[in-house]
Amino acid sequence: MYPDNFRYTKEHEWVLVEGDTGTVGITDHAQAELGDIVYVDYKLGRDTLKVGDQVKQGESFGSVESVKAVSDIYSPVSGEVAEINTSLADAPEKLNQDPHGAAWLVKIKLSNPDEAKNLLDASAYQTYIGAEK
Amino acid sequence: MVDFGGWDMPVQYAGIIQEHTAVRRAVGVFDVSHMGEIEIAGPEAARLTDFVTTNAVSRLKIGQAQYSGLLYGHGGFVDDVLVHKVADDHYFICVNASNQEKDYAHIASVQGFDAEVEFASGRYAQLAIQGPKAIDVLQQLTPAELADIRYYWFVDDEVSNTPARIARTGYTGEDGFEIYIAPEEAERIWHEVLRAGREYGIQPCGLGARNTLRLEAKMALYGHEIHASITPFEADLAWIVKMDKGDFIGRAALAAQKEKGVRRKLIGFEMCGRGIARDGYEVWVDGVPAGWVTSGSPAPTLNKNIGLCYLPVELAEPDRKIQVMCRNSPVEAVTVATPFYKRAK
Repeated sequence: MYPDNFRYTKEHEWVLVEGDTGTVGITDHAQAELGDIVYVDYKLGRDTLKVGDQVKQGESFGSVESVKAVSDIYSPVSGEVAEINTSLADAPEKLNQDPHGAAWLVKIKLSNPDEAKNLLDASAYQTYIGAEK
Repeated sequence: MVDFGGWDMPVQYAGIIQEHTAVRRAVGVFDVSHMGEIEIAGPEAARLTDFVTTNAVSRLKIGQAQYSGLLYGHGGFVDDVLVHKVADDHYFICVNASNQEKDYAHIASVQGFDAEVEFASGRYAQLAIQGPKAIDVLQQLTPAELADIRYYWFVDDEVSNTPARIARTGYTGEDGFEIYIAPEEAERIWHEVLRAGREYGIQPCGLGARNTLRLEAKMALYGHEIHASITPFEADLAWIVKMDKGDFIGRAALAAQKEKGVRRKLIGFEMCGRGIARDGYEVWVDGVPAGWVTSGSPAPTLNKNIGLCYLPVELAEPDRKIQVMCRNSPVEAVTVATPFYKRAK
């Protein structure tokens, strides 16, 4: 369920680091807690998130909204936004179906690849969400 | 699972939209055992019940239920309740879970009536079977002739060979039943209902779908549309207030409010722009803050984002452009007539 090559945050994002790029998404636990997702909004402050924007670790770059609730998304890593998964705008339900795969949110060109090391590994994350229940 | 007034309750089983749709199209079952029950019995039970509630208890026949309000002396809500007339000297009141101790204390503190007030929540579990197929599902489990029970009436009979109060009431805007049973039978009957409903595609439903269903039907939720600072006139619930029935707690304050004029009123709205209104968001009209959202959600049946809000009474009419401040961004919306959804009879 939770890939070993991902790193996880306590806010329920994941990042897959490959070379100098980090692919970022929300975890299966997050989508299950939120339920039916109806909107994905990419926003940095008040502005729409764009390729080329700089984000910092822990900074919000948008929100995910379900029937039940709205939740901020925090970047697990710092760097420059290299790609945005715009397909989620028309198909937000993909986040419920494939949160660790096709429904990734952004790709970030890492400014500090070592940052991912302070995140949780798969077993620590699963222990964390187990304890949270 | 979320903690809901001390109860561990599921927000969803299969997903809010799937559960919601099952209730609109077929049938769903809700475990609402957290709801509280208060019984009033004795020679002056009718007079006491009438004195503590806003609707006219004297109009109830035995076996009939009515939606009503419990008010403070200042006219704000203690709770909204369902009053059932069991006998001339016996009334059964279903109240909100989180208010039950407060409601009981409120009623029990009233002096001068020859009637006993009992906090009876421990004796009842409650299941709600809701949707157009609810009657077909429940009929398999009871000898009671369900088709003969009219909307907002009830019978005392059996479900699955155990005593049950079967009321044709609900909180979804669909046809359906709420059954009151002994707590020790609840789990068994829950499974019996699911088994009987299998051929109709019955769906266990959680708090999430309960909220979207009641919102589409514009049924009030305590803590949102109504609370201690809101009167029935403001909440668009004048129909549950019978000013001519004689004195009741809150009557004088309501009469004064009527005299001076109600200043704010509940009104429905639909989002025009992209965004979902949530409880507590500000509502702006003509560039200034004017009110607040009490409930908001996607409406799965209508495929729109809807909500309820309080606005100054002169603004609280349909077809007015408003802005809902969704996380500090104004999103266009328009006020509309309610209910948002009404089932075909």
